[in-house]
Amino acid sequence: MNEKTTNKMNNVGRPSAPNQAESASEQIESASKHPTFTGNKALQINEPLLYEVGSIGQTGVDIATPRDIKTNRLGGLDRTTEIGLYGLSEPETMRHYVRLSQKNFAIDMAMYPLGSCTMKHNPRINEKIARLPGLADVHPLQPQQTVTGAIEVIETLAEWLMKLTGMAAVAMSPKAGAHGELCGMMAIEAALRARYEQGSETKKRTKVLIPESAHGTNPATAVFVGYQVVTIKTRDDGTVDPKDIKAALNDEIAAIMLTNPNTCGLFERDIMEIADAVHDAGAFFYCDGANFNAIMGRAKPGDLGVDAMHINLHKTFSTPHGGGGPGAGPVVLSEALAKFAPVPFVKRQGDRVTLVEHTENTASFGRMTAFHGQMGMNTRALAYILSHGQDGIKQAAEDAVLNANYIKAKLKDVMTPAFEEQSAGFKRPAMHEALFTDDFLKDTGITTLDFAKAMIDEGFHPMTMYFPLVVHGAMLIEPTESESKASLDLFIATMRDLALSAKNKQTNRFLGAPFHAPMKRLDETLAARKPILKWQKPQPQAEAAE
Amino acid sequence: MRYLPHSPQDRETMLAAIGVNSIDDLFAEIPQSVRIKDGFGLPNHATELEVDRYFRKQSDKNLAASGAAFFIGGGAYRHHVPATVDHLIQRSEFLTAYTPYQPEISQGTLQTLFEFQTQVAQLYDMEIANASMYDGSTGTGEAVLMAHRATKRKKAIVSGGVHPQYIEVIENLSDFGSKQVVKLPATPQALGKAEIEKIIAQLDTETSCVVVQTPNFFGELSDFTALADAVHAVKALLIVVVTEIVSLGAVKAPGTMGADIVVGEGQSIGVGLNFGGPYVGLFATTKKLLRQMPGRVCGQTVDADGKRGFVLTMSTREQHIRREKATSNICTNAGLCTLAFTIHMALLGEVGLRKMAMSSHNGAVALAERLAKINNIDVLTTSFFNEFTIRLNGHNANDIVNALAAQNILAGLPVSRLLPHGDNDNLLIIAVTETNTDEDFDLLETALKGAMA
Ligand SMILES: Cc1ncc(COP(=O)(O)O)c(C=O)c1O
Repeated sequence: MNEKTTNKMNNVGRPSAPNQAESASEQIESASKHPTFTGNKALQINEPLLYEVGSIGQTGVDIATPRDIKTNRLGGLDRTTEIGLYGLSEPETMRHYVRLSQKNFAIDMAMYPLGSCTMKHNPRINEKIARLPGLADVHPLQPQQTVTGAIEVIETLAEWLMKLTGMAAVAMSPKAGAHGELCGMMAIEAALRARYEQGSETKKRTKVLIPESAHGTNPATAVFVGYQVVTIKTRDDGTVDPKDIKAALNDEIAAIMLTNPNTCGLFERDIMEIADAVHDAGAFFYCDGANFNAIMGRAKPGDLGVDAMHINLHKTFSTPHGGGGPGAGPVVLSEALAKFAPVPFVKRQGDRVTLVEHTENTASFGRMTAFHGQMGMNTRALAYILSHGQDGIKQAAEDAVLNANYIKAKLKDVMTPAFEEQSAGFKRPAMHEALFTDDFLKDTGITTLDFAKAMIDEGFHPMTMYFPLVVHGAMLIEPTESESKASLDLFIATMRDLALSAKNKQTNRFLGAPFHAPMKRLDETLAARKPILKWQKPQPQAEAAE
Repeated sequence: MRYLPHSPQDRETMLAAIGVNSIDDLFAEIPQSVRIKDGFGLPNHATELEVDRYFRKQSDKNLAASGAAFFIGGGAYRHHVPATVDHLIQRSEFLTAYTPYQPEISQGTLQTLFEFQTQVAQLYDMEIANASMYDGSTGTGEAVLMAHRATKRKKAIVSGGVHPQYIEVIENLSDFGSKQVVKLPATPQALGKAEIEKIIAQLDTETSCVVVQTPNFFGELSDFTALADAVHAVKALLIVVVTEIVSLGAVKAPGTMGADIVVGEGQSIGVGLNFGGPYVGLFATTKKLLRQMPGRVCGQTVDADGKRGFVLTMSTREQHIRREKATSNICTNAGLCTLAFTIHMALLGEVGLRKMAMSSHNGAVALAERLAKINNIDVLTTSFFNEFTIRLNGHNANDIVNALAAQNILAGLPVSRLLPHGDNDNLLIIAVTETNTDEDFDLLETALKGAMA
């Protein structure tokens, strides 16, 4: 297809007749690819944009006729020009979005081993209870006595989170992991500010230590709170060396942000020594708890010396990932930070629970969000927690770790596990994810990206690629506890087959993959170079051809 | 445990394949001293039925909006969400996917994001929109930080008409690096034209942005066209907040008035009340400011066959690429709530949204007229969309709201709930949507008459 035709297709969007946008010769050329009149392939039905199938005049909702009033009270600010929104009837809406849904990969279909994201099963009882009218159809600013059942749900979840982590308090309003990081770092900043204002410390602490293996949200968060980032290198075995931390600590350091288990899927085995050193230097220990799934029920972050840690409810406690959110990021806090927690927080006096919404008479650092946080995620997470109970939670962590180690053991002879050689003698277990490098692809002409795209053709979602940044061509595989042994075995067999293909330089299976997905590889450079970020009414044909 | 597929036999086989004796060997790196031995004194696993019962019990303790005559707004509104929306967002392929990192198998999510961005840009009359923020309040906080970056200045002037909790979020985010927040008084009388003149008088070359809201917290509508000109004259940015997106089906858009950043809450469309979250933050700006914008963006491109498709793009602004130089730390955003918004808006279309808006507006006008006739009630808001403030002369609004709640009437939002220190104990903000019936109006009117007597 020449470039001109490509452009034309993009500009006109949906052809008004099947295949209209393609010339006759191209139709013949593409006949083998699209051997149908419509261009559809049985269950794979093409779906144009809402703006190409709907219209300004169409609607799929019947709304009662507005009441008669004498004059409107919009103060002359009526919206007199067309908004430009397009509508569909109800059946058309159903088809449009069902067809689009069918172009998505999802946990409910097959294994989704996206490292660091904990793509576990999402139980549907959680969806059901989250929709109960007394929990879903209540307003955040109703009189509190009309929502005690909802406040108690927040309180009960808070209790579980504190007990599971061994921490003194928990802030329930942060809206995702990164928002939780912000909350934790703000609590740390507030504690340090208090020290400074009381005169117990005379020098401002301006820096935060962050290992290079950390998730991007960590340094971004530190800067948000006004800190400079000091990067700590990862030692050869994939963990942080307490010697490096000690060397970097001084009276300018406010905190360390350390992920544990870390993004290489390893337990930071010197974590307690690090925590002690950090505390001795007067700094705080923020733990990124994105990987809490690996240790829940087996170890409490509070015992490890953590001062603040977010928990991604959408990872560890299975609130659905929803195509990118919403999440929730409650932050557990140590005794030292508890009183700085943001408003609102739950207060119990006898059998009365209330939400404290104002900072007066508290040391709270303020408010992270309007209202009370992600209630809809709290209900789902609590349903998950109650379903598991303390025994099930421990078992889930164990199975998650078992599965990751099983994958690592079964793939280590054909792929390259990260840090394996450096752990001389003692083969260190992975936690809940297995990290590989692209060493095994050396000289094959195949990259981590190509390998991932070939996995798509095999019916798997690729693992996390090129993260963490501390190994070359990273492949981070997190199976979670939800996979059966049969499922793991199929995954392992597939990965072995792909790895052997790659070693044998059967590049055509990789370069240009995926071949069987709804789309071929997409041109990301073009998207960034000439950003088209919304639909625009096509120009009349004659102009578009120019 | 029903969610865990392994049999004890499977676990044995797998441990053997790994080459360890027991599961404890896999946790060997956890220091001995902190390993948990005997649980937490918490309950063990529960059946689905038990879990269901617990939540029903909790739910039954609450007064649901659907079980009351309901008039609360203040940044979250009760609108009818068609059943189709909830069905579609629960499809496995949408519900159990994550961020569309692999575009070849995520076109469902990506295309709906592209539709979402188009809808948001249209509603706000802005050039571009992102793929969502957590909610309106956090989006507003980030808008201020974005303005600081874009103008290299640090002073935000914030109208007293902005939702008080949004202002708290702005203040909280501005606590670091000598950022300045100039707050104007939050009383219905001080707002509108008088406030705009005051803001204009305060503009200077240190000002990075002015933050205003329409309809404002008390319900009043404002035209910010003149303000926009004055703000631009000192090379600052105008940020307009909209907490009730349905208003834009009836009211002139912020973009039309000259806003540089428009940010707000999308909860009214598709999402529901949810006791405050999850909601969906809408964020739009000009093409010129694209590189300063926080959050994910979806863009159009082609695949290797030349077929149109969509990808996440402009990611050199984001934390996973830029780390400490990113425009925001946001990663997971409002995901599924953007989908709910998009589907509900597609069902409504221009025609449906305008009708829903007029239904809400006309209902509010009709109710305001009825309440104005009650002894000792003054309606303070002159031009409004679906929310207005009344003064209950000689009465405490909070007490009245509590008394009416006992009769299953959720009469509105006492201003003192969010602004406890103003001279506003007698102010009540009342919201009306297309869900309110004449019977609701009768109940509220009669109960208020009784309580005011
Ligand atoms: C290690 C780590 N930290 C932090 C985050 C940020 O969490 P969220 O996306 O919920 O903001 C993530 C996930 O995206 C992560 O994997």
